[in-house]
Amino acid sequence: MTPISYYVILSVILFVLGIIGFFVKKDLITQFLSIEIMLNAANLAIIAFAKAAGSLDGQIIVFFVITVAAAEAAIGLAIILMIYRKKKTIKTEDIHLLKG
Amino acid sequence: MDLVLFTLLSVVCIGAVLGMILSKNQAYSALFVVLAFACTAGFFALLDAPFIAVVQIIIYAGAILVLFIFVIMMVDVDAGLSPEKKKGTLYLSVLLGAILLIELLIALKAVFTPLGTVGNTSSGSPTDLGHLLFTKYLYPFEITSILILAALVGAIVLVKKREKE
Amino acid sequence: MTEYFWLIPFFPAVSSFLIIVFGRKLPRKYIAVQACLAVFLSFLLSFFSFLELRSAGHEAEALTKNLFSWIQSGNFNVDLSFRFDPLTAVMCLVVTFVGFLIHVYSTGYMSHDKSYARFFAYMNLFTFAMLILVMGSNLVVMFVGWEGVGLCSYLLIGFWYEKPSAANAGKKAFIVNRIGDAGFMLGIFFLVIHVGSAEFSAINHALEGGHIAQGLVTLIAILLFIGATGKSAQIPLYVWLPDAMEGPTPVSALIHAATMVTAGVYMIARMNLLYSLSHTAMTIVAVVGALTAVYAASMALVQNDIKRVLAYSTISQLGYMFLGLGVGAYSAAVFHLDTHAFFKGLLFLGAGSVMHALSGELNIQKMGGLRKYLPVTFPTFLVATLAIAGVPFLSGFFSKDAILTSACASGNYFVWALGLFGAILTAFYMFRLLFLTFFGKERLEPEAKAHLHESPKSMTIPLAILGFFALIAGYVGLPIVFGAHLNWFGRFQEPVIHAGHEVHLSLGTEWLLILASVAVAFTGIFVAYILYLKKPHIPHNLVARFPKLYKLLYNKYYMDEIYNATFVNSAIKGSEFVYDNFDLKVIDGAVNGSAASANFFGKILSYFHSGLIKDYALIFLLGAVALLAYLIF
Repeated sequence: MTPISYYVILSVILFVLGIIGFFVKKDLITQFLSIEIMLNAANLAIIAFAKAAGSLDGQIIVFFVITVAAAEAAIGLAIILMIYRKKKTIKTEDIHLLKG
Repeated sequence: MDLVLFTLLSVVCIGAVLGMILSKNQAYSALFVVLAFACTAGFFALLDAPFIAVVQIIIYAGAILVLFIFVIMMVDVDAGLSPEKKKGTLYLSVLLGAILLIELLIALKAVFTPLGTVGNTSSGSPTDLGHLLFTKYLYPFEITSILILAALVGAIVLVKKREKE
Repeated sequence: MTEYFWLIPFFPAVSSFLIIVFGRKLPRKYIAVQACLAVFLSFLLSFFSFLELRSAGHEAEALTKNLFSWIQSGNFNVDLSFRFDPLTAVMCLVVTFVGFLIHVYSTGYMSHDKSYARFFAYMNLFTFAMLILVMGSNLVVMFVGWEGVGLCSYLLIGFWYEKPSAANAGKKAFIVNRIGDAGFMLGIFFLVIHVGSAEFSAINHALEGGHIAQGLVTLIAILLFIGATGKSAQIPLYVWLPDAMEGPTPVSALIHAATMVTAGVYMIARMNLLYSLSHTAMTIVAVVGALTAVYAASMALVQNDIKRVLAYSTISQLGYMFLGLGVGAYSAAVFHLDTHAFFKGLLFLGAGSVMHALSGELNIQKMGGLRKYLPVTFPTFLVATLAIAGVPFLSGFFSKDAILTSACASGNYFVWALGLFGAILTAFYMFRLLFLTFFGKERLEPEAKAHLHESPKSMTIPLAILGFFALIAGYVGLPIVFGAHLNWFGRFQEPVIHAGHEVHLSLGTEWLLILASVAVAFTGIFVAYILYLKKPHIPHNLVARFPKLYKLLYNKYYMDEIYNATFVNSAIKGSEFVYDNFDLKVIDGAVNGSAASANFFGKILSYFHSGLIKDYALIFLLGAVALLAYLIF
């Protein structure tokens, strides 16, 4: 059997890669994808811990997280579409309405 | 066998994420993410969570990523690209990411030993999960359906072209 | 029942509150009834408390009631407490009784005014404040009433605020009173510092024990007197009272003749022990009073506005009261205050009735021969005029005589002579007013004549009642020549007038003094008769011969102009200077500076607000790293 800690370490690596991806990428869609990677890393950790604890509740939580992620992706992509319609771009460097 | 599979999948998974990061083409990025999600589903299966693994494939790799690819097709992703001025942000973020990685590993080190290799043999069969979902977690489950409905309506209202415009 | 004496002020207060809140929705009849009833209830309660006090005799000096502790600061305490002693009793009776009659009169007089409810709300509020003033058992509560009546005076003078002259007159009264109040407050502060309490009993106790230095007593007495000159319109702060006639006539009668302007007299009578200890302060009070009496009377000689004549007459009569206070005749001064409340209230109400009959005409040169048209107003006005002129056996005669006798007895012959001279002038100008208004040829405007009518019952009945009291009010304080124990008023006041050192003259001298007063009164009346009825051309000749003197008097010695040129203009100039240099530069500078500094720091902070999502995320990440580091180590 693979030790649970391996899964956890893998999840941490994926999470940090997601963060770096968010900073490397320049358009909203791929940044959004990076965030989904981070979400997945978290899910992986939860499942791993659930396995270690021998409980099904962790799986239920991940199920809900996936559901919410689906809703979030739908709304997030809709917002990105709206931004594109207004600004004709989805490059984050060009979107700085809040600049003080 | 188990460890071999795990090693293989994790190499593919990290490679897919790196590919997503380094790829210049957004569509390729999305496909790399599909691959990474598929690997994650594999991990779920290895962790006695077959139902979640299937859900991961169907919803994440299937529905959500397809949605992403649709949006990538609808949007001119490269439009209005302004030259990157602040390289500093990037380097700083990589540095901070590394620090965070180390910190997380230190923080989790304490729990590694008690985790052990195997938990007790709780079965993650769809039957047990379904039972739990419709008894203990009935209300959250129903509320989730409302959430999804709201997201559906919200997305349509947001994207719908208004008469005036 | 009398243990509830402290409720006396609260009937008008409740009534005023109800009218202010619900006045718009209530019918006029209801408002009138409620306002009058509230004052009448106060009167009844005052009357019963008075009877109680009288039957209790000397051993019970005062009813007191401590409602609650109001201000507590270190070892300084002020209680909201009331006292009801002979002085308060007399003041309460006068305020509520004359006040009640004037309220009734107002229901008729104001019946055509659109702000009926507001008028009665203010009148009730005034009654409340005045009662607080006279019933307070310490200087602070008294000061609350003092300021309350000042406020009501301001509101009622400016009652017709659409008229700029009325609004200005209200403002003037208010500001001039502030000057006096500043002195009054300083006096209170000194007393509080050196006595440790503002209670009258504590102050008197300290004074009796001689705990306060002589110089300080004089200083406090003078400061309090400055307050009195403001409120009671004495030199040099009298200028607001003639202008105060811009208010409705019942207001002039109630506030600016009968009650509020006598607050200064009441206050000094209340603090009589303090004044008796300072010869200097007494002399100042007496001289200022006597000078005011003559000075104001001289201005009343030539005025043509019926209410202004009465206003100057009021100032002059208040001068007599201060004269009395200054020579130590406290109870005589309060006695004159009471009789004055009756006959001067009556004069004002009579003047109001005349104005009502003539559709608002104020100029006595355009009246004349009115006696046959106003069958009630004329006799009552006549009674009041006789009383103020000092004709024997009417109220004013006894009280004025008591003051002048005391002045002579105390050896202040200069003051006494001034008082006597003032009495001639008083008799003269009052009869001039009477003759020009009610006798002689009719000089009415044709329009006014067409509407000429006697006032309604609600106005004439109060006139008749006041007339009755103007006749008889003097009999409670008969001079000593009619018998040793007939001065009931003086004996009743003895418990409060601690400094009652009466100097008795021989009976012969007293008779002489009385005869002198009578002679003086009749001289004045006779001269007025000659000049204004027999040979009306003489006044014109006099004016022609002494144009400068006439102008000086007619323009009130140019006092308003002098005050304007000196104090008002310099205040305006000073304010402008402060506005230009302090307001614009320092205050606006500070405001703009704070805005500019906020802007400056905002600019610095806005550097971090790039609007770029990655920068925010970076800071977020930094925070997460730092937090985790904190949790680990």
